[in-house]
Amino acid sequence: MTVSIVVVSHSEKIADGAVELAAQMAPDVVIVAAGGTSDGRIGTSLEKVLAALDQAAGSDGAVILTDLGSAVMTAESALEFADSPAGVVLADAPLVEGLVAAAVAAQGGADLQAVKRAAEAAGGPPRRTDVPPQQVVEEGSVTGQGPACTGEFELINQAGMHARPAAKIAGGLSSLDAEVTINGVDGTSMTSLMTLAAGKGSLLHVEAWGVDAERAVNYVGGLVQAGFGEP
Amino acid sequence: MVLDVVWAVKWLTLCAQAMAEHRVELIELDRAIGDSDHGENMDRGFQAVLDKLAEAAPETPGAALKLTAMTLMSKVGGAAGPLYGTAFLRAAAALGDSAEIEPAAWAGALAAARDGIVARGKAEPGDKTMVDAWTPAAEAARAAAENGGPDVLTVLVAAAEAAEAGAVATDPLMARKGRASYLGERSIGHRDPGAASTALILRAAVGAAA
Repeated sequence: MTVSIVVVSHSEKIADGAVELAAQMAPDVVIVAAGGTSDGRIGTSLEKVLAALDQAAGSDGAVILTDLGSAVMTAESALEFADSPAGVVLADAPLVEGLVAAAVAAQGGADLQAVKRAAEAAGGPPRRTDVPPQQVVEEGSVTGQGPACTGEFELINQAGMHARPAAKIAGGLSSLDAEVTINGVDGTSMTSLMTLAAGKGSLLHVEAWGVDAERAVNYVGGLVQAGFGEP
Repeated sequence: MVLDVVWAVKWLTLCAQAMAEHRVELIELDRAIGDSDHGENMDRGFQAVLDKLAEAAPETPGAALKLTAMTLMSKVGGAAGPLYGTAFLRAAAALGDSAEIEPAAWAGALAAARDGIVARGKAEPGDKTMVDAWTPAAEAARAAAENGGPDVLTVLVAAAEAAEAGAVATDPLMARKGRASYLGERSIGHRDPGAASTALILRAAVGAAA
């Protein structure tokens, strides 16, 4: 079982398109679109969102991604209407980037909160100003201890760190109990990894803290050394 | 006069009439500082409410308001959908399944509706939104319920008048929330469409009791 995702957009086409895009990278994740009004106009519809939540239910929970302001309000209203169902959370993330990151994390077996975090890590700073940004505490920086495990790997695939490799790394790492940085950025954030713009021949320096630190480094090393299964 | 389900259905029916009658006026207000769909959206939403009320025949005022909430959230489409939907949903929850609404309960329902809108839309008084009509309305209803004894019509009238005055008072404000806030100072001199539709809704509540 995996965490499901519901996409709430003002536009049916945006919701459907975003789902189509994310499904390519996460074929086993249930991703349900709730775009537009029930009569096919631009807008959001409580009925559509509730129906989508119904479809997404029965799994390991669902994360809701939204586009513009009133989509957030409609999603919140749906949760209120359904008496705040357990296992359904709203992610404060940009729709497309957040959705892809969430889908990849879910595909990798991440739990509900990890999928939400993956979505929210995909954006810039949080959009809401009334909620203080969640501090990600790196164990190493708190205790002053260095990483429990490190590794250095050279990218050998032609295309380097593009979307699919970044998705594989982020997705796998988000299901491990470890804090991982790769060249200084969050290893569970697909978009952060892509911003490294690491091409063929680049070195990836992996540092990991936590119970699964060694597994995390080995996981990244295994993928990189296999060229992510690409030429 | 008692505020029972017959009154509630009449109120919502008069709301639908008011939205149809003032559709163009709300569109014009929204054209000035928004995206000119408020009149259209509210008219469509409340027409759908009429259909739902006829189908479901709710047995209490609270049930009628909950049905209205669900319908507005599904049919309005714009930001007014979840905002008014939340208002009616919270009011319905405040009323519970009582068959008749006492003056204090009506004041409590308006306060719950107002708090719901604030929670959902994150706007404060003075931001030039529907909150500027709901806040004085809820306060006026509470004061009237405390002072006026059992006469529920007095409470309805106090809320409607305060909402109308609140809507007018949005004219000189600069918008700080919603689409109109993009206009900054150019939003000054125009009435907020959401505050205007709020005044229509609370005036209809008086009409249903008359």
